[in-house]
Amino acid sequence: MTEKLVVIGNGMAAGRVLDNVFETAPDRYAVTVFGAEPRVNYNRILLSPVLSGEKAFEDIVTHDDAWYAANGVNLRKGVNVVAVDRAAKTVTDSTGAVTKYDKLLVATGSNPFIIPIPGVNLPGVVTYRDLDDVNAMLAAAEKGGHAVVIGGGLLGLEAAAGLAVRGMKVSVVHLMPTLMERQLDAAAGYLLQGAMEARNVDVITKANTKAIFEQDGRAAGVLLDDGRTLPADLVVMAVGIRPNASLGKDAGLAVNRGIIVDDEMRTSDADVFAVGECVEHRGQCYGLVAPLFEMAKVIAARLTDDPAPRYEGSFLSTKLKVTGVDLFSAGDFADGPDRDEIVLRDAARGVYKRLVLKDNTLIGAVMYGDTADGSYFFELVKSGEDVSDIRDTLIFGRTFAGGASADPNAAVAGLPASAEICGCNGVCKGTIIDAIGAKGLTDINGVRAHTKASASCGSCTGLVEQILAMTLGDGFQKAKVEPMCGCTDLGHDDVRRLIVAKELKSIPQVMQELEWKTSCGCAKCRPALNYYLLCDWPQEYTDDSQSRFINERVHANIQKDGTYSVVPRMWGGMTSPSELRAIADVADKFAIPAVKVTGGQRIDLLGVKKEDLPAVWADLNNAGMVSGHAYAKGLRTVKTCVGTDWCRFGTQDSTGLGIKIEKFMWGSWTPAKVKMAVSGCPRNCAEATCKDVGVICVESGYEISFAGAAGLHVRQTEFLCKVATEDECMETIAALTQLYREQGRYLERMYKWSVRVGIESIRAAVVDDAAKRRMLYARFVLSQKTAQIDPWAERVAGKEAYEFAPIRQLDLAEAAE
Amino acid sequence: MTMHMNDWIDVGAVDDVPVRGSRIVRAPEGDIAIFKAADGEVFALRDKCPHKGGPLSQGIVHGRSVTCPLHNWIIDLETGEAMGADHGCSNVVALKVQDGRIFMDARRLAAAFA
Ligand code: SRM
Ligand SMILES: Cc1cc2nc3c(=O)[nH]c(=O)nc-3n(C[C@H](O)[C@H](O)[C@H](O)COP(=O)(O)OP(=O)(O)OC[C@H]3O[C@@H](n4cnc5c(N)ncnc54)[C@H](O)[C@@H]3O)c2cc1C
Ligand code: SF4
Ligand code: FES
Repeated sequence: MTEKLVVIGNGMAAGRVLDNVFETAPDRYAVTVFGAEPRVNYNRILLSPVLSGEKAFEDIVTHDDAWYAANGVNLRKGVNVVAVDRAAKTVTDSTGAVTKYDKLLVATGSNPFIIPIPGVNLPGVVTYRDLDDVNAMLAAAEKGGHAVVIGGGLLGLEAAAGLAVRGMKVSVVHLMPTLMERQLDAAAGYLLQGAMEARNVDVITKANTKAIFEQDGRAAGVLLDDGRTLPADLVVMAVGIRPNASLGKDAGLAVNRGIIVDDEMRTSDADVFAVGECVEHRGQCYGLVAPLFEMAKVIAARLTDDPAPRYEGSFLSTKLKVTGVDLFSAGDFADGPDRDEIVLRDAARGVYKRLVLKDNTLIGAVMYGDTADGSYFFELVKSGEDVSDIRDTLIFGRTFAGGASADPNAAVAGLPASAEICGCNGVCKGTIIDAIGAKGLTDINGVRAHTKASASCGSCTGLVEQILAMTLGDGFQKAKVEPMCGCTDLGHDDVRRLIVAKELKSIPQVMQELEWKTSCGCAKCRPALNYYLLCDWPQEYTDDSQSRFINERVHANIQKDGTYSVVPRMWGGMTSPSELRAIADVADKFAIPAVKVTGGQRIDLLGVKKEDLPAVWADLNNAGMVSGHAYAKGLRTVKTCVGTDWCRFGTQDSTGLGIKIEKFMWGSWTPAKVKMAVSGCPRNCAEATCKDVGVICVESGYEISFAGAAGLHVRQTEFLCKVATEDECMETIAALTQLYREQGRYLERMYKWSVRVGIESIRAAVVDDAAKRRMLYARFVLSQKTAQIDPWAERVAGKEAYEFAPIRQLDLAEAAE
Repeated sequence: MTMHMNDWIDVGAVDDVPVRGSRIVRAPEGDIAIFKAADGEVFALRDKCPHKGGPLSQGIVHGRSVTCPLHNWIIDLETGEAMGADHGCSNVVALKVQDGRIFMDARRLAAAFA
């Protein structure tokens, strides 16, 4: 009979224990998980990127509904366990139901500590622990105004930075003289304060909060001990956490600050285990994920009859996840008479490093500004090895210490198998090497899929690649990503990921931060970077016209003789006598040599002189026409057939829908051109089945298919889904396009992208997961706000006028000199 | 004509040429492209690609080179030579900059179209 395992709490610790158990004994237990939060399990440490907008919730989910289903786990979302009866071996939940267990795992995490001052229960006061808190902060930030964050530790600073990005005026109130004093020494705390202030966060240290005062029944501000008041529409309480041990205590388990566990992670009841922030082990309570990953391994071993692993406590290291702030600390770095320190400062670069030594061993390290050697120092702290021989150069890190060569892979090669590589997912070097060997992995995507290393925040991608290189030798070289161009070794995907992760918002910044080898790129990388920045920061990035191919710079297609062609939009292929008349007039007035009907249901004026372009556009604008973007890596045409308006077979208003789609989607920039079509019935006169996106109308709705082509390659579209209404059709197409915008490599047509990432993954995001689809749709709508400006009208109004006129016209006499 | 003629023709202000971009000087014999590199230095070439005559002024400027808009040949701004595997040269016109203005060497102008 399968044993019953009941888990209380569906957080990071619980998730990791189950991962480990299922790895070795997938069928051993019938598992029930109670989670007070009404959702699946997610990576709590990535809430800050959600708050700041770098990630969406779905990006940080670690165990989705499909995972629970696949492993037969009965997940009780939004259900609290309220009592444990150890004699009967049952738990009672908030619905009153009683569930039996053979083994019980308590993983209730911790609760935010709330300082007992007047006003803490007012609306407008939040803590920072789960997604609901993030949503509450986001709702407040939407309205703008002031936020006061009480607490200048890791959580408080991440909250403050996120709220500042969201546009609030933020102050951090901190009791101690310097920030993060438990992880940083005063010098690093000072540098950190400067970095926070540069992010528009006001920092007030040595400030004790006395009360939160109200107005109209809501929090309105914070009163400090010294009488100062700070206005606040939102107050975030982030002063620390307390193990959530009350359930364990009520159940009669031994509890001190946390639920007491031994080296086997058992509580005082041998059938009850506890893990994560709710436990106390050898007098220690932890507030970071590294220990719980180690604990989880031990519990999983115990649950699967492996008696060997024991938990003996954890060393901790800290990083702050505020993008652009590099900070690392590990071990014990207090001063003392028995200790030596080595300090390196580089004021110009904002770098500070301090190592603390005792009895010739490294016991602590604090680094700010350059943290590349963090894991190296951390390993030295953990191993306690004698560093006398390398002491002279120790501060310069691994490449110098002990005269090691400057081989970039050396840093990783020297790490022991137990060294943690991916902090987000707690994956160590040995696990990655084992997975590479066992699963025959050859690239970073394989490692991500099988170990989760580098799959969350991505900051360890470089390390993982070094492990691949080291393990596979030449085998990895061959599988290496194709660099974007000769200016960098990074591939398109890495560059895109880093643009988002490091919040790079201009081309020079990308080139600086990602160490471009040329001063200003080349004709391959600059247009790609320009597109990525435009797509990722639609509200903030200013298009760099000098990084666009000539057609997109002057909004017309260059011809072989240096003249241009002009194609106005004809929405859905519809036109009118007055439009046609205006086109005819323009052709006459500017002596345009050729007028042609294109393959895209509109009209092309070919052979226009460059200096005539603005005047030609002005006339077309006056007749109500705008740029057709016939030159753009963007939406080109939406071809339609006549549909129910005229055709005896038409089932829906295909012309109307095509026009709607074109009016909604024009102007959006995409990795490569995008062409669409809507046909009124399966006879398919608009040729929808060889477009990037095609819609075929049928009696009961709309069949959407995508990833077709009819150029260099001819490909029939792939079926995506069928929807009942025009609105659903528009939402799906916009979401699909947005996914392509976010994942496609520059110049990669939709059909190539779909082959690379897999049709299934696209369908999963755009069709199966309604929440994800709506997020994608919302991001598309947001970017359209700044994209739908007719480039012709802008230039008629004078933008970039220098493009269209010579700087100087020489007359014969001058030139003959 | 060898009277008191200026050998240097003022063709415009350095500021009027976009950084990493170009402008055209229209001469009776044809166009001259004035380029400005990222560091502000200006160069002039005949606006005609040695490959199939593409207008170099319409290309993307990077480092000290420009990529032709028609078939992506890369031309060195200092020498006018095609770079990499391609062979050909677009004539260079000498420039000098004084008080923020660009002067083109009139005597070499005709040679550029030779
Ligand atoms: C004008 C037009 C031909 C015509 O006279 O009908 C045309 C003209 C050009 N096509 Fe096209 N294509 C035109 C419809 C098509 C179609 C048919 C369609 O859209 O239904 C296709 C096949 C469908 C497809 O895209 O899958 C088509 C497949 C291509 C391709 C191959 C793309 C591919 O990924 O395989 C290129 C080359 C490229 O983009 O790199 C191309 C490139 C070009 C360029 C831009 C070549 C260039 O870089 O200079 C031509 C620009 C001419 C100009 O200056 O206007 N054109 N081209 C058509 C403009 C449609 C419009 O109204 O916007
Ligand atoms: C914003 C933020 C940023 C962080 N950043 C970092 C970081 O950069 N690095 C790092 O190492 N750590 C970080 N941490 C800490 C890390 O998230 C925690 O150490 C980790 O989540 C602890 O895991 P856990 O499973 O013990 O608790 P949790 O993940 O909190 O899970 C406990 C779960 O149990 C549920 N629960 C509680 N009681 C009951 C009950 N009676 N019945 C049912 N369910 C119950 C809770 O609702 C909760 O979902 C951060 C934490 C936060 C909040
Ligand atoms: S697609 Fe169908 S409805 Fe549309 S024109 Fe062709 S036959 Fe008629
Ligand atoms: S004309 Fe310049 S590359 Fe062909």
